[in-house]
Amino acid sequence: MLIFVTRRAATMVLTMIAVSMLLFAALEVNVENVAVKVLGPYSTDEQRNIWLENNGYFEPIYVRYFTWLSNFVVGDFGESIRFRTDVSEVLWPRLGNTAILAACVFAVVIPVSLLLGVLSGMREGSKLDRTISVTSIVTTSVPEFASAPLLSAIFVFYLGLLPGTSGMAAGFDPVQLILPALVLIIYDFGYVARMTRASMAEVMTTNYIRTAVLKGLPYRRVILRHALRNALIAPFTVIMLQINWLLSGVIVVEFFFAYKGFGALLLEASLNQDIYLIEACAMVSVFVAVMTQALADIGYTYLNPRIRFS
Amino acid sequence: MSDTTLNGSPQDTPRSGPSGLARFFASVALLRESRVGMIGAGLVLIWVFMALLATLNSLLVDAGVLQLGIVFPPNATFAPIMPPFSEFIVRAGTTINEMPVEEICSLIASGENEGSYNCGTFWLGTDHLGRDIWARIFYGSQTVLTWAPIATLCAYAVGIPMGLAAGYKGGWVDDLLSFLANVILSFPVLVLFILFITLVGASAINIVVAITFASAPGIMRIVRGLTLDLRTREYVFAAQTRGEPTWWILFVEILPNARGPLIVDSMLRLGYVIITIGVLGFLGLGLPPPDPDWGGMINETRQMAMSFPWMTVFPCLAISSLVLGFNLLADGLREVSMRD
Repeated sequence: MLIFVTRRAATMVLTMIAVSMLLFAALEVNVENVAVKVLGPYSTDEQRNIWLENNGYFEPIYVRYFTWLSNFVVGDFGESIRFRTDVSEVLWPRLGNTAILAACVFAVVIPVSLLLGVLSGMREGSKLDRTISVTSIVTTSVPEFASAPLLSAIFVFYLGLLPGTSGMAAGFDPVQLILPALVLIIYDFGYVARMTRASMAEVMTTNYIRTAVLKGLPYRRVILRHALRNALIAPFTVIMLQINWLLSGVIVVEFFFAYKGFGALLLEASLNQDIYLIEACAMVSVFVAVMTQALADIGYTYLNPRIRFS
Repeated sequence: MSDTTLNGSPQDTPRSGPSGLARFFASVALLRESRVGMIGAGLVLIWVFMALLATLNSLLVDAGVLQLGIVFPPNATFAPIMPPFSEFIVRAGTTINEMPVEEICSLIASGENEGSYNCGTFWLGTDHLGRDIWARIFYGSQTVLTWAPIATLCAYAVGIPMGLAAGYKGGWVDDLLSFLANVILSFPVLVLFILFITLVGASAINIVVAITFASAPGIMRIVRGLTLDLRTREYVFAAQTRGEPTWWILFVEILPNARGPLIVDSMLRLGYVIITIGVLGFLGLGLPPPDPDWGGMINETRQMAMSFPWMTVFPCLAISSLVLGFNLLADGLREVSMRD
């Protein structure tokens, strides 16, 4: 266990370093553009050079990288050129907002998709199974940027039930969370449901289920006590990995609904070549990605005795 | 039967079975057994047909065979002179007949009012600049069905050799390639796209490069897993004993036998690449503006979706139906290949 955790932590640190170096190198391609973004398109070359000089952009890249790295390690994320404050001041509130959104999404996606997946995997090929399977393929095929305008046309324009933007200008308002969460739920539940269905269908064909049915156990008991325990192992991993997948959807949804979250921040930072902000955001997302993967692996080992004891 | 199915039995190498074409038709015939797969194939074929028709149409117009083509050119505006805003936005299905077609043709021929029309039927209405939505969706299918398969193919061209090498060689090659793949995969893909496109500029080639970069690691992982399994097969040992070169074993012995899962994966991936190109267009990082691009159409008109919903709804439906087609096709293929 200790070896496993140490190895995972080492991989995470290595990945973070690789990603941060990759980003630094990528932004180096067009470093003059940073000054244009800050000073505007009508600034003179002279002004841009002075700005770059003052902000240390003429230092060699490795000097800048190691300065950033040594500051980052002690918790100083640098200053955002876009927001003109410390990166941590914008990063944490935004991350909190996205966590709220993601929590809403998962609170619906997990129970709904597990239920639908189990129902359709229970009797493979039945009418209910076909309906659920096709529905989940259809909803997964509608990308977020298509379902967002469609849903807002229906709920905001025709029905007038929900607000069209989620800027939260007048304080936190849960009603404004409904549409962004709905868009993400529709796109995401299908995948988890299909994975659960596949896992459930596989379990249903095993010998021990056949034995349980043949020895006359009530069907409900066969499903609840025997099948579910094994069928829910695979979806657990899928759900954990879904956290990482959610991020690209979050970018589109937060952009569309003007929700002040992590995805919108990442998009804004990327569009403005705000290097320290991008680096901080990227480190957070790599951290989340590696952590969820590690948790998925640990959970999988824990839930599946065949792996644990081998 | 087993040598004609998608994941044919590993014993038959492609040299001994029926010819490639016969195999292909046998697989297609097998797909008929899956209704979902047929619906998917139908959806995809409709759009492929549209894209081919669009190409043919513009070729014929360029050659002077047709004067107007069967639909409006994608960037033609319905506006002889700038009229008030409300007059050149028309609802879906509106027919306007103010000018006979011959007159328009002579107008175009004379170069006067180039790209402007004020007659015809606007089946899906016009957008905020008075351009026919149907024409833009029609020509947009050409763009999507050109660049999405190219990007997917490039991703496979990079991912397959990496996966084969990692799975077959093992050791430090595997460690290095797997680490690289992990680095790219643990990164939010969309951010990678956005950064890349903002840095090098938006163009079709750059989008292909970005998609290749971000998709190749996923393909590599799949191919690696398949190779790890296939390299222990007897026909691989036989090839090794015969002293066949490594590249021959990788590409002729192992790769053809890994095709079943790869074909299914490629359909899913095509759908995902279409979504990605759409997302880039939606974020304003897609193909440069005048070209019709479905994601870009949604982005340009989404502010007006409340008042003129048809402008946004139809491109949304177009992209969703194409992606749905590929997903259903993948599902049907998987179902068929699992059956034997």
